[in-house]
Amino acid sequence: MTDTVGIVIVSHSKDIAKGTADMVRQMVGSEVKVAFCGGNPDGGLGTSVSLIIDAINDAWSAKGVAILVDLGGAETNSEMAVEMLEPARRELVVVCNAPIVEGAVMAATEAAGGSSLAQVKAVAEELSAD
Amino acid sequence: MLDRADGQTFIGNVRLVHAVGMHARPAVKLTKLAKKFEAQIFVRVAGAAEWINAKSVAKIMAMRAAHGSTIEIKASGSDAEAAVAALVDLIATDFPDGAS
Repeated sequence: MTDTVGIVIVSHSKDIAKGTADMVRQMVGSEVKVAFCGGNPDGGLGTSVSLIIDAINDAWSAKGVAILVDLGGAETNSEMAVEMLEPARRELVVVCNAPIVEGAVMAATEAAGGSSLAQVKAVAEELSAD
Repeated sequence: MLDRADGQTFIGNVRLVHAVGMHARPAVKLTKLAKKFEAQIFVRVAGAAEWINAKSVAKIMAMRAAHGSTIEIKASGSDAEAAVAALVDLIATDFPDGAS
């Protein structure tokens, strides 16, 4: 497998985002690109559209990018970040409806096997399907 | 150990020696290894009613196999024999780092 879906983690807290990314790297390995962002530019809690776009660019893969978010604004700002991408890339980025830590680990595990973006999203969302 | 080969289906049994059973990290390793094979692969705690898809990390994590339990592995497809052998080895060697 030459390329794997990238993972972006967006939390209100930079510590949570970083900790989640650390868990993914340690549990799944380094073959999947993982980027994270958390907090507003002033260092407080929050999410920032421009930081999310930076994270998407860092995790970019030709197979696409799956975003895992925590609460409300993380989701709406992630959707806004996706809308601000060029149309051709927009379709290669999805926001997963999944718990942030579990979803990130499962999405990355699926991505490591070379699965498509749709498969990665479906696996992350298995947790919220029941 | 490979117990029997029934046509294209291979079955293996292995004791789970991991101290805390099938928790998150072993589940990720097992799933990643299973995905490297073309074969359909299922696992269960010996005697359990349902077989679980070994390529589904969510289901493997949820199987809650305890330390000391026996895991049954069943695979069918072109590389089924190798798949069962690889998964038996992973579990028997206690999910070493680097093996995925």
